[in-house]
Amino acid sequence: MIQKQYSLQDAVAEFVKDGDTVALEGFTHLIPFAAGHEIIRQGRTGLTLVRMTPDIVADQLVGAGAVDKMIFAFTGNSSVGSLYAIRRAVEAGGPGSLALEEYSHYGLLARYQAGAAGIPFMPVRSYAGSSLPEVNPNLRKVASPFDPGVETYVVPALNPDVAIIHAQRADRHGNIQSWGILGPQQEAAFASKRTIALVEEIVPDEVIRSDPNRTAVPGFAVDAVVEVPYGAHPSFVQGYYDRDNTFYRSWSAISKNPERLEAWLQEWVHDTGDHAGYVAKLGPDFFAPLTPEPHLSTPVNYGSVR
Amino acid sequence: MTPFTALPNNTAAADDAAAPAYTSSELLAAVSCRYLQGTRRVFAGIGLPTLAVALAQKSTSPDIEQVYESGVCGAHPPRLPETIADASLATGAEAILTMPVLFGYVLQGGWIDVGFLGAAQIDRFGSLNSSVIGDWESPDVRLPGSGGAAEVMANSAEVFVVMRRHNPTSFVRELDFCTSPSPRIAREKDPLVPAQGRGVTTVISDLGVLKADETGELCLATVHEGVSAGQVIEATGWPLKVLPGLSVTPAPTAQELDLLRNEIDPGRVYLR
Repeated sequence: MIQKQYSLQDAVAEFVKDGDTVALEGFTHLIPFAAGHEIIRQGRTGLTLVRMTPDIVADQLVGAGAVDKMIFAFTGNSSVGSLYAIRRAVEAGGPGSLALEEYSHYGLLARYQAGAAGIPFMPVRSYAGSSLPEVNPNLRKVASPFDPGVETYVVPALNPDVAIIHAQRADRHGNIQSWGILGPQQEAAFASKRTIALVEEIVPDEVIRSDPNRTAVPGFAVDAVVEVPYGAHPSFVQGYYDRDNTFYRSWSAISKNPERLEAWLQEWVHDTGDHAGYVAKLGPDFFAPLTPEPHLSTPVNYGSVR
Repeated sequence: MTPFTALPNNTAAADDAAAPAYTSSELLAAVSCRYLQGTRRVFAGIGLPTLAVALAQKSTSPDIEQVYESGVCGAHPPRLPETIADASLATGAEAILTMPVLFGYVLQGGWIDVGFLGAAQIDRFGSLNSSVIGDWESPDVRLPGSGGAAEVMANSAEVFVVMRRHNPTSFVRELDFCTSPSPRIAREKDPLVPAQGRGVTTVISDLGVLKADETGELCLATVHEGVSAGQVIEATGWPLKVLPGLSVTPAPTAQELDLLRNEIDPGRVYLR
């Protein structure tokens, strides 16, 4: 059996290199914050960050100087504020600024889908009349080979060097199960050359096999599986802990001031040493009010062949 | 012209001289909610659209189906969601779809009756900008970006837009950047790309309500209490036409305000 269980430190050290194109996915739910922090600790630079919805973790990576370019569809801190490290880097313009490549949600998702499926491009029903194709040469129009006089916009396949995702649980072989809002994690994992999956817990093989429909990414498409409890904080993991909205609301004030952002990264990323240190710093009672009441699904009967 | 069907309780409130005062957000949510009446399936963005849909579900439209771009369909949230991908939307939902299914089949497949969006800028025919103010290369303000707005515009049967501030920098003659083009512009610039949907039919702002005429041009349909047509024309960056029979938007009812304040958004997440 191939060794796939890693420490977060080792997984990032082995699979994320300077200059890589890194897909860090999770749609509000299941955002791999712990991996973002570890990338900052290890001082990666020159990354192209791919993320449909760059939020606080992207602001932290940009603020730490890890990212040269962002491929994205929507960037913001929900309805509670701005991401000032990103805004400063973009609005500065010129050398050293952050390059942006903008898509719509489905445009970027379709890039992952084409990348995952090994096809050169994917048609989408967007972009007709939009200014986006004028600033993003990847948005092109082709004639339908089937319908004379019909055109469609297409997006090219995207194959990131590495995808990093977070999920509720996996077995030691890297079979990843998630539930709740699924995001583009499956598409990103299959599109990328390598995949690191962070999970809340590594469970016995039988647990995964008791509900195979729940597996979003099979073990063969995962290079490293890492048990990182609370690894998605301040985002959330359905059934494990809720979103830390207080932190989301506090972020604008931190990122607005470059010195304050620097101090935050020092205190919460560098000085904590690793994610266990980060969780310890939050304190033993921190997650109690964020822990949801159980709300179990009714078991399904897969049956057993006789 | 009747811009919308007046509800029985609106009539009651109109007779009620002691109707309570309300904020702009409350007005926007209540007015938006009324336009949703009769809508079957709505694709709701975050913020005021979330409030309006929640209010509709609790008052006029208990059977309205909420679809969120996080893939949640048929949400029954026990509390107000703070984002479109909130845990409260997932628990107890009727379905959580994968993203290829949500964007590919539900949106592109044409299943959405009303897409409900916000934007930084809107033009005369309902094209939206949510990308940049100023130059693309070195923008004055970097806005969040397209997200799902381009897909919602291109694929919903019709689109409602709610704008917190009606002024010439948001209701513009020309967009700084066109993130979500109106079908009119889409057909003009890319005539061979099949289009579906009517684009923006209704805009609810803090001054009044604009409705699209038969050419797709947004025209003034109602003004809010204490606002004149001249004021709205002044605040609009294009020569705004006024529809015949311009009326005054009915104020939020006591029931609508009670639901918004005490049941839907007691924490004032979106109500300001």
